[in-house]
Amino acid sequence: MKKTWAMGLLVLFVMSGAVSLAQDEVFRIAALMPSATNDLAFSQSMYDALVAIEEELGAEAFEFTVQDSTFIVDDAAVALRDWAASGDFQLVIAHGSQYGPIVEELAVEFTDVSFAWGTRQDTFGLDNVYSYAAASDEGGYFNGVLAAHLTETGVVGLVGPIEVGDGKLYADGFANGVASVDEDIVVNIVFIGSFSDVPLATEAAETHIANGADILTGTAQMVVGPIAVAVANDVLWFGSDASQDELSEDIGVAFQIYKWEVLLLDMIANIKEGVLGGEYYKLTLANEGLVMEYDKDFELSEELMAIADETIAGIVSGDIVPIPEMMEEESGE
Amino acid sequence: MGLDEIFTASVFASAIRLATPYIFAALGETFAQRSGVLNLGVDGMMLMGAFTGFYAVHVAQVGAVMSEPASLILGLAVALIVGALMGLAMAFVSVTLKAKQGISGIGVYLFGLGLSELLFQEWVGTPKSVSGFPRIEFPLLTDLPIIGEIFFNHNLLVYVAFALVPISAYVLNNTTFGLMIRAVGQNPEAADAMGVNVARVRYATTTIGGMLAGLAGASLSIALINLFQQNLTAGQGFIAVALVYFGGWRPWTVAAGAMLFSFVNALQLQIKVIGADIPSEFAVMAPYVITIIALVFATKRHEQPTALTKPYERGE
Amino acid sequence: MKTWHTNRRCQYSWGRASVSPLRGYRHTGYKGIVILNKATGFSQSALAGRLNRLIDFAPVLIALLLALIVASVLLVALNANPLEAYDFMLKGAVGSENATAETLVKATPILFVGIGITIAFRGGMINIGGEGQMIAGALAGVTIALVLGEARVPAEMAKAPGAFDLIIVACSLLGGFLVGALYGGLAGFLKAYFDVNEILSTIMLNQIAVQMMNFLLNGILLDPAEAGFNNIPKTARLVSAAQLPRLSLPIGDPYLFARTRLHWGLIIAIVLAVVIYIFLWRTSWGYRIRAVGENQRASSYAGINVRRQMMFSMFLAGGFAGLAGVVQVLGLQYRLQTDGSPAGFTGAAGFNGIVAALFGGLNPIGAIPAAAFFGGLLVGAQKMQRELGVPASLITAVNGLIVVFVVSSEIFILQRSKRRVSLQETPENLDEAQGTS
Repeated sequence: MKKTWAMGLLVLFVMSGAVSLAQDEVFRIAALMPSATNDLAFSQSMYDALVAIEEELGAEAFEFTVQDSTFIVDDAAVALRDWAASGDFQLVIAHGSQYGPIVEELAVEFTDVSFAWGTRQDTFGLDNVYSYAAASDEGGYFNGVLAAHLTETGVVGLVGPIEVGDGKLYADGFANGVASVDEDIVVNIVFIGSFSDVPLATEAAETHIANGADILTGTAQMVVGPIAVAVANDVLWFGSDASQDELSEDIGVAFQIYKWEVLLLDMIANIKEGVLGGEYYKLTLANEGLVMEYDKDFELSEELMAIADETIAGIVSGDIVPIPEMMEEESGE
Repeated sequence: MGLDEIFTASVFASAIRLATPYIFAALGETFAQRSGVLNLGVDGMMLMGAFTGFYAVHVAQVGAVMSEPASLILGLAVALIVGALMGLAMAFVSVTLKAKQGISGIGVYLFGLGLSELLFQEWVGTPKSVSGFPRIEFPLLTDLPIIGEIFFNHNLLVYVAFALVPISAYVLNNTTFGLMIRAVGQNPEAADAMGVNVARVRYATTTIGGMLAGLAGASLSIALINLFQQNLTAGQGFIAVALVYFGGWRPWTVAAGAMLFSFVNALQLQIKVIGADIPSEFAVMAPYVITIIALVFATKRHEQPTALTKPYERGE
Repeated sequence: MKTWHTNRRCQYSWGRASVSPLRGYRHTGYKGIVILNKATGFSQSALAGRLNRLIDFAPVLIALLLALIVASVLLVALNANPLEAYDFMLKGAVGSENATAETLVKATPILFVGIGITIAFRGGMINIGGEGQMIAGALAGVTIALVLGEARVPAEMAKAPGAFDLIIVACSLLGGFLVGALYGGLAGFLKAYFDVNEILSTIMLNQIAVQMMNFLLNGILLDPAEAGFNNIPKTARLVSAAQLPRLSLPIGDPYLFARTRLHWGLIIAIVLAVVIYIFLWRTSWGYRIRAVGENQRASSYAGINVRRQMMFSMFLAGGFAGLAGVVQVLGLQYRLQTDGSPAGFTGAAGFNGIVAALFGGLNPIGAIPAAAFFGGLLVGAQKMQRELGVPASLITAVNGLIVVFVVSSEIFILQRSKRRVSLQETPENLDEAQGTS
């Protein structure tokens, strides 16, 4: 009997020690990204988020390491496995939906490491996987509403990468936003078939303008080309993913910014409490993971500002549904 | 939708812009290949030219140390010099060291791809734009309907590219230098016997190829797009090599190939913009398919330079 | 390393190897070594032979060293310690069981493509289309695996581990080979009958294959679970019966590589490398391919159907690239998925295979160590990037430097062996002696 007590005490002691140790420990994140951390788009948004967290938690309590430009899935597998096996990281982030199958495999093997991957709504039923996504249709819709009010020619152009995922989500939200104001406004959409072909994206933007567009928008890292075209032709630009303020000079209007730190901070808190996953996060305007940022060089009229605020409020409250088909799909799942 | 909606003047103008870097790079590659050197590293050279040209202009314009035209000329000069240096390096590797050209070219490509991106990340950071070569306003001509939009609304480098086509053809076909190039590429032993310095000619053509590749890159980064980003050329250098084969090593047909490829590309963008209901994947692959088909039906009389990819061994 | 070097030496020892860097190798593999040694008398002293081999290898080592020195300068400029960096690189490539396994995993598709490129280049066809052919093969292989997986395996068994079904896997591999072969053969056909240069057509066909993959993965091949509004292009996961088993060696406990991603694709590739070596140098089919590669006109006079051989060598080259693609799916990823770019699926193996084939001396056996070397280089470099936080672009640049330096160093080996051969009398019918049997 005494022995059991002693054992019990010992276990308690060790456990409390472990807990206090864990609390003192530096929280370490390793993150894998498909493109460069300075791409003004998808990868940069995650990098900026990690920097923001470091500022918030302090360098003594938070560290992160990054491998960027890893669009090859097999290379990603090597990096993710290396991080998971090292035991140095409490959270391993795979920032790209193409990495999903690897995360699924690794999470089964390394059950004490927490994984986060996106953008996707699937934790594979595993309790050490978080998944995350961004409602980029919301920002798309918002940009579409403003674009519809600002266009004079009644034609707006969108340059997208390939017709899937976030890019498609943004495009459809944008088109619906425009249509909600005026069904007669033409939204021309071109998917150029690549995330990186800047010359082709540039010429796609030129083609939009030649066909009467006086407003341009687009997603992915090759939009730097279209932004330059917008600047050269003095047409307005709406952006997504990260702020393109600096590049867009005085023709940028609004940018949808991903604030991944909102959900990452929540994940970190969960992991510290021993909850390693099983949850799906979505950045929305409502949870302030999505933020609409206005270009500081562009001034919106008071009237438009009111419409902008109204649109955001509508999306937040759920009165406006950017893509109705998607609602059905999500509730169906 | 009617044909007039598809074949607009802007599509032709777009094709001319798209073709510009291909023409520069493919003409340079034509010189190299006619003398017997296959340079598969064109894309790497384009990237280095694009970055360094951009960077020179960027620094000059941010520091406001010189006028805008002067900064652009500086950018061009830098791109030309860097291209020439890379061409020289390629020549040293494939002429003097007689390395396998296909493989050394891939090495040069990887080197240019990596280094341009590395320097961009270290020295510039995020994409920034510069004021590049402006579109030239021709008195009267630019305002002409259709013709003005197609032909007289481009930046300087576009005209330079197209002007280089007859110049290259003339140099190759009508000058002593051109004769030497062809001789060295066709029959180096005979050329050598006639007193032509095979190595020197090949050094010259590969360096010219490098310079034109540098210009091709600069035409993107300081004239057509006016910024730099990782892998800005997106593999255009490889297409340029393919176009040299397409054009049968003749400047006019090489340029025609570049125009055909670019025109179909411009057309597929236009078709998507006006909302034709075809899967975007098929539109994107159209230029590639049509280039192959065009070559299937073209009559081919041109033989590949006999000594292409073969290092010259004296007294063999 | 040793095998590689042996091949290199023999490749250049004919002294005429410089005829064409892509086409005219006089190199013949192991049999060649024997003849050469007879010719030069070096076989009489094993020690001298070994010494020569060592000296032959020196330029390559010096080239590697030079590349590393230039890389060190870049590293120092980036505030990284070069020694530390290379230590990480080595650790990342072979420093642990898992690292070694990942090196071999990376090498596997490179080797498959390398074998195919070897056949094409030997046949005088410059095949740049490895990427597209990989994609074509993978599309076919995954379709077969999915369809047969559904048809042959009852649903309740589908996910059971170890339910390996030879018929499904064999059919998928064969289908991948055939479709890759047809795609490569198309370039051969265009060359043979329409004189469309294969460099041009294969570069274009790469782009076409990628768009076809994007189209199919978004359409009929799309994972049913992904169907809906916001999908990413990927197929359903293969049932375990349709997967290539993982590979482990019965050494230690647990078995060596048992906990890694190493799979049977590696063994298949190595076996096929040997088979193709025999094919190229011990069969009349192989002889005809090489004859056309060496001299089309002479082959034509000798009664060889040159057009057919062009198509045949491209057919085989495409087939091996197709195998690379389908093995990536069946052995590693268990589904076909893409980010819309070719390398997103292939991992650029279609290009790396070209480099490996040339480094392997255009000999399928030589391609084995060459592929392993590049696999290690790529995997190790990634580790270095992760640990030191240096940009990925540095790795790309250094990779390019290594390729340029090593390929440039070969002239020194060549010059040495020439000097050596010129000391001895070279049999005049050397080419025939090595070629015909």
